[in-house]
Amino acid sequence: MSEQSIVISIFAAAVTAGTPILYAALGELITERAGILNLGVEGIMLVGAVSGFIAAVASGSCWWGLLAAMAAGGAVAFIHGLLTITLRANQVVSGLALTLFGTGLSGYLGKSYIGMPVPQAFKVEPLGPLAHIPFVGPVLFQHDVLVYASYLLVPAMAFFVYRTRPGLILRAVGENPAAADALGYKVFTLRHLYVVAGGMLCGVGGAYLSLAYAPSWLENMTAGRGWIAVALVIFALWNPWRALVGSYLFGGVDALGFNLQVLGVAVPTFFLSMMPYLFTILVLTLLMAKSGGRVVPPGALGLPYDREDR
Amino acid sequence: MVMPLITLRGMYKRFPGVLANDNIDLDIYPGEIHALLGENGSGKSTLMCLLSGLYTADGGTIRVDGEEKRFRSPRDAIACGIGMVHQHFKLVEPFTVAENIAMSGRDESFVLSTERMTADIAALGDKYGLEIKPVARVWQLSVGEKQRVEIVRMLYHGSRVLILDEPTAVLTPQEAAELFKTLRWMAADGCAVVFITHKLNEVYELADRVTVLRGGKVTGTLVRGQLDTKKLVWMMVGRDVVSKYERDAVPEGRPVLAVDKAVAFNDMGMYGLKDLSLTVREGEIVGIAGVAGNGQRELAEAVTGLRRVADGTICLYGEDVTNFRPAEMIARGVSYVPEDRLGVGLVPGLTVLENLLLKSYQQPEFAGRWLLDGKAIRARAEKLVREFKIKVSSLDQPVRMLSGGHLQRLLLAREIAEKPRLMVVVYPARGLDVGATEAVHRLLLDLKADKTAILLISEDLDEIMKLADRVGVLYGGRLVGEFPVEEADIERLGLLMAGSGGEGGNADAVQV
Repeated sequence: MSEQSIVISIFAAAVTAGTPILYAALGELITERAGILNLGVEGIMLVGAVSGFIAAVASGSCWWGLLAAMAAGGAVAFIHGLLTITLRANQVVSGLALTLFGTGLSGYLGKSYIGMPVPQAFKVEPLGPLAHIPFVGPVLFQHDVLVYASYLLVPAMAFFVYRTRPGLILRAVGENPAAADALGYKVFTLRHLYVVAGGMLCGVGGAYLSLAYAPSWLENMTAGRGWIAVALVIFALWNPWRALVGSYLFGGVDALGFNLQVLGVAVPTFFLSMMPYLFTILVLTLLMAKSGGRVVPPGALGLPYDREDR
Repeated sequence: MVMPLITLRGMYKRFPGVLANDNIDLDIYPGEIHALLGENGSGKSTLMCLLSGLYTADGGTIRVDGEEKRFRSPRDAIACGIGMVHQHFKLVEPFTVAENIAMSGRDESFVLSTERMTADIAALGDKYGLEIKPVARVWQLSVGEKQRVEIVRMLYHGSRVLILDEPTAVLTPQEAAELFKTLRWMAADGCAVVFITHKLNEVYELADRVTVLRGGKVTGTLVRGQLDTKKLVWMMVGRDVVSKYERDAVPEGRPVLAVDKAVAFNDMGMYGLKDLSLTVREGEIVGIAGVAGNGQRELAEAVTGLRRVADGTICLYGEDVTNFRPAEMIARGVSYVPEDRLGVGLVPGLTVLENLLLKSYQQPEFAGRWLLDGKAIRARAEKLVREFKIKVSSLDQPVRMLSGGHLQRLLLAREIAEKPRLMVVVYPARGLDVGATEAVHRLLLDLKADKTAILLISEDLDEIMKLADRVGVLYGGRLVGEFPVEEADIERLGLLMAGSGGEGGNADAVQV
């Protein structure tokens, strides 16, 4: 392999490895924008991955799989919504419980599917003439359709959050629900809506692993990507564009480890598989140090809203 | 006769354990400024929350222009032209002014058009003489400016009825005057203005009509010509209230607190106190007046050991205690009733019992070597609650459930129980109604009779004139005037507070 093609393949692998994280991070981002902290991303991704896989096997179509993953992700997130929004439970506790629940449930559901091939995976489809642009083409435009969809999702979400009226209300609900409530917006309904929407995106992130990236089902196949996504939202300062950059950065670290192994660089594999996590800790620490602790989350993040509370 | 814009009949609202509104009737006419007067907990805010759609009534009818309406959410009320400015502003701090106003959604477009909003807001501001910066972030604004944003927001939806909940509680006298001017313009323009208050002078200054509430019921409505202080107070409180306390003449006691040329910095690292000198004697109340933010907090914290003094000295009974730790100050008999009761004074999540114990848990009568003596602690807490008439449902109730007046009593009970030599109190009556204020004032006067030195920091000039023996004015971190209370008059104090006419004060002192 020439040096250039190695670089290209690492960059292209960064995009594929980053995509599931990106979907999950966008899901968590929109949830947190509404003021709800969902630490169940890892569990939701797993449930999404397994349901997507099962549905794809049953129907023979990866599209049904994707739909099932979204539905499952949304349903699991709705549990979190019920607990934290309606019943005002502690969001951290509920999220952690959800991860445990999702891990267990996905392991149980997926037991007989381990090692089975998926009948139809999301395949690489070069994107017309764009795919032939030197360097950029192979890195960005020789992927599957879910990667392309994420290219559209990021600007769409950024536009929605920052430039539209519903986006403004979304941010208001996360910053100061009492203010939104006083103007007659349905804080509880909106929060539920964004929690479920966020869960659906996390489900897509999971399905990407089992239907495009792997594509097969393995117990615990997210391997902490859900947690990286949660951390990434902070790194991204709740901005979709920064989430995109962050996801590819993490994807790149992931891909780099893999490629180093292929190239036979004498680094222990344990260390290589540790890298994305070490990198997460490093980036968060540096970010906090640099900003002097002034990473400002949505004002009401993690706080249950109660109209009659004083 | 003109038809009322709003007619409320038989409004009824029950909260768990409280009947907040009991069969209330109220008419609001276009072009009038209508005051709702009453003590805290009399149901004024609840009534207006019903009218603005934030609460749903348990009974009664609301008519707008004679037509019966049901408000299920504030949006319904806003759609009928009813807007409310709450006591705690409902603004999103990180948003710009324009974004906050856009939230309310008169223009229902999907995509926000910032340019048009900015122009519309500026035009509205001009019309009512409200200076407003659409692109500023709300957190950068002063309290008065935030209130203006709230008002403009309501006008932007085309409100014809503007409800303000205790609008002057957080304003300086100058800002309040500005607000009153705006409200008169709006009334002249045909809007109805309803403002909730418990201050009689505001009723006199602004209201065309006043409706008084007590215990969830209307006790009467008076028009401007019929206003009579005694009558209003009686309608509001149900008994007479003293306008002046009897005070014993000050016996010249020993100096307790002596501050000499103290310099301290505020949280932003700028000068909070500049060469401030001050003496408080036994049995003396020294009242410190001034507009908030001129060094009040820094003074209180420096004297109680909570803030470092960069230069100068602080002495207690002649002992140099400059930059002693708070515990050492407490050990020397310094008590502190801070401005922020729930944030600094008490722990909201702890119980009444625990909060009362906070300063004395290490005393041998309440604690052995390792364990607290539950019985002794409870006995003392019961005694304090009884003595200071603190209304609690139980000693194990978290203090954040208490009302403002009883929070203050609780705090005072704890501090007074320590038998202080020096008591520092900041804005002791802020947010309290007439009855609670009187109770707090009596406690301070009792303390004075026990020869405690009291440093009273307040924005309320009436309070200072009623209580203090000597008055000082704080401006730009300096004491710009100090005289016996007999020589003080409101006008002179007001001028000093505004930074003019002082001996040592100059207007640029604030901008260090």
